[in-house]
Amino acid sequence: MYKYDQWDQAMVDARVAEFRDQCQRRLDGKLTEDQFKPLRLMNGLYLQLHAYMLRVAIPYGTLSGTQMRALASIADKFDRKYAHFTTRQNIQYNWIKLEDAGDILADLAKVEMHAIQTSGNCIRNISSDHFAGAAQDEVVDPRPYAELLRQWSSFHPEFSYLPRKFKFAVIASQTDRAAMRLHDIGINIVRNDAGELGAAFYVGGGMGRTPMIAPLVRDFVPLDQLITYAEACLRVYNRYGRRDNKYKARIKILVHELGAEEYTRQVEEEFTLLLAQNIEPPIAELERIRTYFEDPAFEADASEELSRSDPDFAVWTDRNTQPHRQPGYVSAVISLKPVGGIPGDATADQMRLMAELTEQYSFDECRVTHTQNIVLPHVRKADLFALWQKLEAAGLGTPNLDQVGDIIACPGLDYCSLANARSIPIAQRISERFDANGKGDILGELKLKISGCINACGHHHAGHIGILGVDKKGVENYQLSLGGSEAEDTSLGKITGRGFDEEGIVNAVEISVDVYLAQREDGERFLDTYRRIGMEPFKEALYG
Amino acid sequence: MKILTGNDLKTGAVTWWDGSGWSLNVDDAVDAGDETDAIIAREEAARRINAPYAIEAEKTANGVRPAHIKDRIRGLGPTVRLDLTLKPGDPNAVREVI
Amino acid sequence: MVDSAPNTLRFRDDALVSDPAVTLEAFTDQSNALAVRIEPGEDARDLLPHLDRIRLVEVNFPTFGDGRGYSAARVLREAGYAGELRAVGDVLVDQIAYMKRCGFDAFQPDQPLDAGDVENALTRWPDVYQPTTDERVPIWTLRNGGDHG
Repeated sequence: MYKYDQWDQAMVDARVAEFRDQCQRRLDGKLTEDQFKPLRLMNGLYLQLHAYMLRVAIPYGTLSGTQMRALASIADKFDRKYAHFTTRQNIQYNWIKLEDAGDILADLAKVEMHAIQTSGNCIRNISSDHFAGAAQDEVVDPRPYAELLRQWSSFHPEFSYLPRKFKFAVIASQTDRAAMRLHDIGINIVRNDAGELGAAFYVGGGMGRTPMIAPLVRDFVPLDQLITYAEACLRVYNRYGRRDNKYKARIKILVHELGAEEYTRQVEEEFTLLLAQNIEPPIAELERIRTYFEDPAFEADASEELSRSDPDFAVWTDRNTQPHRQPGYVSAVISLKPVGGIPGDATADQMRLMAELTEQYSFDECRVTHTQNIVLPHVRKADLFALWQKLEAAGLGTPNLDQVGDIIACPGLDYCSLANARSIPIAQRISERFDANGKGDILGELKLKISGCINACGHHHAGHIGILGVDKKGVENYQLSLGGSEAEDTSLGKITGRGFDEEGIVNAVEISVDVYLAQREDGERFLDTYRRIGMEPFKEALYG
Repeated sequence: MKILTGNDLKTGAVTWWDGSGWSLNVDDAVDAGDETDAIIAREEAARRINAPYAIEAEKTANGVRPAHIKDRIRGLGPTVRLDLTLKPGDPNAVREVI
Repeated sequence: MVDSAPNTLRFRDDALVSDPAVTLEAFTDQSNALAVRIEPGEDARDLLPHLDRIRLVEVNFPTFGDGRGYSAARVLREAGYAGELRAVGDVLVDQIAYMKRCGFDAFQPDQPLDAGDVENALTRWPDVYQPTTDERVPIWTLRNGGDHG
């Protein structure tokens, strides 16, 4: 994984000093809250429902054991001994004090971490495939390109006061494991007919109030024009994105209102002008970054044997491991979704254990997924049993990857001042219901996502089953949607009809699942059956 | 009645105007009546409160109950982590707040 | 720096332009105007045919959160504009460093800036990640065989 050189370190250190100064000026009254707010947001510090919340960046979700351990220390020293992994591969602390912010950032800087641009109207954390470097179907590891974009976007002087937030995802496979087309810019690294690598740019996707799937804007940008093209896309947005209405300010609205063709034309025009400015990094820089993403020292003849004598281990292996391109290895998924637990939360102790396991079993590298789990990308099959035992003992071994119990939920009204309803208790009730009724085991892949408000941080539009919390005259109410997909077959869920109360929505999910179970044909997932039979049978069962 | 709430600038803790200062306990909140704007302006300028705002609430037998569920949750803490709320020992706290 | 008008910060040695800045609309009608002011929603590229006669472009920031002026500055500098480029309005010290990188060489904020804060802002960043017309050598060049020049 990428390691800072002295320049990267100097930039992060300068940022710590800058933010310390800004915090002090706020505390001294030299900055009003209105003046300070965008500055603290650009350092990941929100004022949330109960306290300040700090969102720490985990670039393309990749962490070392040392970094995971440092994140655990911060939870102990400055927060309440736990943290939350997010749907953008970041981590959040919910109980931060403004007066500690400078010290926290300084501790993060010591382990090459930061909270730069994890909020604010600027370019945010760049997400990627959590199986990067291990997946059998990847064209290349997408993360060097994400790293290059990260540096380009950090402290960008022109794009720090955009109309709204801006999110990139970078993948390098046909299978989309990063919800790429639901980002402001999604990039797929592909090969052209000549075998050369380039970037396909999809611009104008997003969820939230008006979910949209990004159209393809350019099918092949040569790698030595990647940054220039991204700059052109951003400049058109900065100049012409709407600023009159916060809810119409994302680039997806601009692309939609101009039409993809006109937006593309404007980008190409800007791109031509920018090419003359020579703002592209030297190709040597990409090559330099790539050296950090070479294969770890895989064992050449690692054993493919995997004992299935322990039935629980067998289940976990079947569900929570992914095939690896290196023989004898798998990627293992650590579930942060225990039955009835808070999705994505981990205690400081669990984080320290995961740090150890990362170092011991995965070449000191782990990943945060956008589905709020943790991946150990490179695990020898020979080590899998020992790993699983340790996970089990720590409550991290739930074998529910992509199953109904692997719920994605935003913090919701329990933590978030933007929320209209609580999402976590719904996740807990559903998780418990499907554990109790035994159906969880026979459903197969079912991606259930819950958002506590229209901002859709829980990605409910992309759920096979999606739940949106709304405020119905001061009482929490929940809308059910079906048929969303975040994968390469991207689709947005459709609302079933009237909303439900807390108990009602849990029942509604079970009713929908029962329709699927009654109607499913060979090998169909919930999503497949829904797409085949349509909404009507579900509506019928839900509303009579 | 109209009560005032906000966050402590330094610590971020949720606080409530109790008539002379800012309390951590929603039950100490007092009716600010017509004075809400004046109090907000004065307290914010003095940095004794951050991001203050006025809300509707009623006085009940048990204390003060904000009109909106969001503010009730602010007054208690996360309903899914009772140990982190202001009433960790009270099994009815969540039900009352919802 | 010349403190020529209240609150003004200027990083040029040439003579101050005393002509009042006209609106973009008026500018396109007047063949002799030297100073123009553009608003966030206006296109700085409308000025490109006239760059050789313009000596001052004011870019208005009605609210500091509206970042269109940063792009306006860069497109003017990229097109070769060498006159004064002045950020006016809700300009705060925490935005000055980025503004300078985008090509602004003068600032006329609504509220006076603290000299110490300005100094801190301008000396904060030892290096930069990305190139602009400010000619600072980006880190990716330095680390691949380039130098500060």
